[in-house]
Amino acid sequence: MKAIFTKERLPIIATSLVCIAIYVAAGLKFEGFFSLRVFLNFLTDNAFLGITAVGVTFVILSGGIDLSVGSMVGCTGIMTAVLIQNKHLHPALAIATVLLFGLLLGCGHGLLIQKFNLPPFLVTLAGLFLARGLGLWISKESVQIDHPFFSALAGIKISLPNGASLPISAILFLVVLVAGIVLAKQTRFGRTVYAIGGNESSAMLMGLSVGKTKIWIYALSGFCSALAGVVYTIYTSSGNALSGTGLELDAIAAVVIGGTLLSGGYGSVFGSFLGVLILAMIQTAINFDGSLSSWWTRIAIGTLLLIFMLLQKGIEVSARRTSKKAGH
Amino acid sequence: MAELLQLRNIQKSFPGVKALDGVSFTVRAGEVHALMGENGAGKSTLIKVMTGVHTLDSGEILLEGKPIQIKSPQDAVSQGISTVYQEVNLVPNLSLAENICLGRESAGFTGIKWKEVKERAERAMARLGLNVDVRRPLGSFSIAIQQMAAIARALDVDAKVLVLDEPTSSLDRDEVKQLFEAITKLKNEGMGIVFVTHFLDQVYAVSDHITVLRNGNNVGDAPIDQLPRLELVSMMIGRDASALESERVAKDPIQSTSFIETQDMGHSGSVEGVNFTIGSGEVLGLAGLLGSGRTETVRLLYGIDSANHGELKIDGRSASGHKTSKAIASGFGLCPEDRKLEGILPDLSVRENLTIVLQARQGWFRKLSRSKQDEIVQVFIDSLRIKTASPETPIKNLSGGNQQKVILARWLAANPRLLLLDEPTRGIDVGAKFEISALIEKLRKEGMAFVFVSSELEEVVRSCTKIAVMRDRKMVGMLTGEEASEEKVMSMIAGGEA
Amino acid sequence: MKFRQSNLFWPLMALLGILLFNLILTPGFFHVEMRDGRLFGSLIDIVNRAAPVMILSLGMTLVIATGGVDLSVGAVMAIAGAVAGCLIARPEGCILNALNVHGSIPAIIAVALFVALICGIFNGFLVSFLEIQPIVATLLLMVAGRGVAQLLTDGQIVTFNDPKFAALGSGSTFAIPNPIWLFVIAAILIGLLARKSAYGLFVEAVGNNPVASRYSGINAKNVKLTVYVICAVLAGLAGLIPTADIKGADANNVGLYLELDAILAVAIGGTSLAGGRFSIAGSILGAILMQSLTTTILTRGVSAEITLILKAAVVVIVALFQAPEFRARFARRRAA
Repeated sequence: MKAIFTKERLPIIATSLVCIAIYVAAGLKFEGFFSLRVFLNFLTDNAFLGITAVGVTFVILSGGIDLSVGSMVGCTGIMTAVLIQNKHLHPALAIATVLLFGLLLGCGHGLLIQKFNLPPFLVTLAGLFLARGLGLWISKESVQIDHPFFSALAGIKISLPNGASLPISAILFLVVLVAGIVLAKQTRFGRTVYAIGGNESSAMLMGLSVGKTKIWIYALSGFCSALAGVVYTIYTSSGNALSGTGLELDAIAAVVIGGTLLSGGYGSVFGSFLGVLILAMIQTAINFDGSLSSWWTRIAIGTLLLIFMLLQKGIEVSARRTSKKAGH
Repeated sequence: MAELLQLRNIQKSFPGVKALDGVSFTVRAGEVHALMGENGAGKSTLIKVMTGVHTLDSGEILLEGKPIQIKSPQDAVSQGISTVYQEVNLVPNLSLAENICLGRESAGFTGIKWKEVKERAERAMARLGLNVDVRRPLGSFSIAIQQMAAIARALDVDAKVLVLDEPTSSLDRDEVKQLFEAITKLKNEGMGIVFVTHFLDQVYAVSDHITVLRNGNNVGDAPIDQLPRLELVSMMIGRDASALESERVAKDPIQSTSFIETQDMGHSGSVEGVNFTIGSGEVLGLAGLLGSGRTETVRLLYGIDSANHGELKIDGRSASGHKTSKAIASGFGLCPEDRKLEGILPDLSVRENLTIVLQARQGWFRKLSRSKQDEIVQVFIDSLRIKTASPETPIKNLSGGNQQKVILARWLAANPRLLLLDEPTRGIDVGAKFEISALIEKLRKEGMAFVFVSSELEEVVRSCTKIAVMRDRKMVGMLTGEEASEEKVMSMIAGGEA
Repeated sequence: MKFRQSNLFWPLMALLGILLFNLILTPGFFHVEMRDGRLFGSLIDIVNRAAPVMILSLGMTLVIATGGVDLSVGAVMAIAGAVAGCLIARPEGCILNALNVHGSIPAIIAVALFVALICGIFNGFLVSFLEIQPIVATLLLMVAGRGVAQLLTDGQIVTFNDPKFAALGSGSTFAIPNPIWLFVIAAILIGLLARKSAYGLFVEAVGNNPVASRYSGINAKNVKLTVYVICAVLAGLAGLIPTADIKGADANNVGLYLELDAILAVAIGGTSLAGGRFSIAGSILGAILMQSLTTTILTRGVSAEITLILKAAVVVIVALFQAPEFRARFARRRAA
């Protein structure tokens, strides 16, 4: 039997413990925090963050970074709204167009990073500017969506006992999550992502299709953030070019808190899910409290991020020590 | 024997260098073909052309008589040319099994079939005579096992040609033997094996045929029994073989007060029981196999790791909490084993690389004037015969031997009391090796002290005034004077009686 | 030929291109006049507006040269601005009220820069002593720093009316706007440090190969620590400019996205994001290039959003021209 508490699993175990600890602590302090409805709201209110985080997890696992996801959410959100409302495109077609746009922009990032060996950081920074500028150029005003199909889409939900329900955005989040987990664990693409994160030049010499995979990683992240933009429009029934500001940071924070090493190679999609839950719980707890101002969220996330970074560091150091012993 | 892989008249140039100038190379089925040459001979370029890392400028490649093009490493693998490199080119974060099967695992509707992957990996390792838990991450295994995993991976595809690029550098003797058994087995299965190594013994132990390159040209191509060692070496260095015969420098017993003394110094898990003294004018050799604790001892002296038992005394005072900064302050210098990762500042110029130690000692605010720098640099370029286009050339553009000379010069400019030389001659050509040996002898006579680590016993015996022998991470003895002979050292390394 | 291979060549060409465009199409672009003892004109305006990013890019150049990056400069600007604003206006309930500097401008600047310095020590400590990757280490302050600034200002824009402090942002000395002077002073100091002391060499050495640098006797940890400290102090200085300019500490918006502008300026200026060789002149050029682009767009009456898109394009183009892979392809095509 394989040991459950191995060193490689320590981050995810720590994340789980923190997740449970925050949940229990907040639940004991605030009345009604334990209700199913509040829990489902974690998923619903943060569906766009979660979907983005799944894409970003792959990027970070490969040792890269994607800073464009936040403005991509804003850009695709306003694009969806304008296509439906002003250009009178059918919502299904509009959504498909927007998703394709996200995929292509991500592909563009991947191509520049892969073909010309540009730093991911710089390329996606350009993507950040491009998407935000494009979004604002399309419309600076927030655009309300008023279309029967779209309303019907927004109304889809799975009813659960006690009058609670799982709305479409949460459903999409869970679908993307499961797809992400399977993609990472069970497919050659996923394993190649881990290999690239472990050692890119080795992965290349092993004959893996590193180039193609890298392009697809960024395309996937682009697609996820475009989908997150669509979910955000469904969630708010409107598009706003300024939505998603700073989301890239939350997504990266969720991934790191979820136990994925920023140097790549180690981590999991499920961990990022826990990271999103932790962020969601902190936010909700601060809302429940009422007396704490919103900036405490930022400070709390920052502190948590610090703790997890220190933890990762500790694991890395102890791992290095063991491998040194094994190496001689 | 049937010709398996033929390279004909291969040309390959890089900006400013003609790396391969019409080289031909043929591997037959069922032979181990050694590819020999000094650094800069074009050996690694030829390997890279063969394995698709570089594309050739002109010439042709034939596999089983049919012309082929190799566009990428992946392409090479798919056409049946697999490579195992000196550094283990696998990924440490994935399991050993995945490292063997990744990229060609069978997948069903539910994704990768992990059970099959595991069994396949176990079979592949068993073929090399190893039985290990293939589910553990590769990084948790020793380098030797990782190297074997790399070979297992190369075998896992239907490889026709296996290229082994210095695969034995990190292996101990038993592991080398194990590897050679595997190689012989594969050869008998009809595989063509290209074997690159620096170790002559190994070439003669396992090869059938030798091709020698020098300066991008073929200079020799013969079956092993028609090419005696001396002739091979003289082909490689392009110099009369008699010049290689060198006598051990006759040495007077050194009378000097020692300034370093170790008492049972050690570091858990890396090296134990180190006892020696070093005084000015002495060259202390550390002899032993790779992984015997030589580099670890150097790291303790230089304060990279700190000794956690025993004692290190510098100038009679106990150096507890020894750190690199303290070692440098005590007048120590280090030419590290891994020149690329720990030695050179690749993008900086020869001038900056050469004056960095002096400048670091001066501190931030007392910058060496440009004229002073130029003067120092010129002195060392002349006296060490460093070949560089100009002092402003980035050091990465120099050959390995010249880089090594710059690193030596960086320390000599600061005139240290003790210079730690960890494999200073590895991977550099024979000419430069002799120059470095001569330089050590000259400086020794002037009173500098050295610790000298080398895998080449002959070199240790020739250069050192006394030799500490290491075995299995322990110091097992100290040899001085007439005792310090190759035979004696070798038997101590091997653990037998003299 | 040699100059064409210099990293400054393409950014300089781009800048000249923009200026040429304006020379032909924007009347009065090169017109500079003296009014009320201060120079006015588009060119002055460009440099004046670019001053905060230029100041940031000085520190960012050093950080990037060590192989790091500092994402927190925007947040540090906000913190320094908030500190200055609070010290002047002394809003009710602000924790900084415990410290009374009696409106002394040098004291206000000193305290603001000191707080920035502490931020820098925090970043530097994480990067150099705990060996946390720079992107992550500074991400921390980027996320939390603006929260801290909002905490100080209680989420409000703390306005003040202190003409002497406001002059830092909007006044002028010897006909030149004060932000430009602040930049010039900072640039001279950094330039001296980088090229007249051995500090610049150590930064390049550490960025190029940290292990080899350590073995050569360079205290790599201290070098890394100090670049983050320098970068943060400069960010604090840069944060005073917009705060003084609008006579208020706006924790939400001061320095927002400026970390990106600063990084872009450095990248455009030819300093490799992988560390090693750096060019301070290049970074300054990069900052001016981007501001010229922005100003040109604004004076042409094109909507401001296009600036963002153009910035993206400039980044990609400049990065491409500096990428050896792209140059190789380009050269091959031309040779064919």
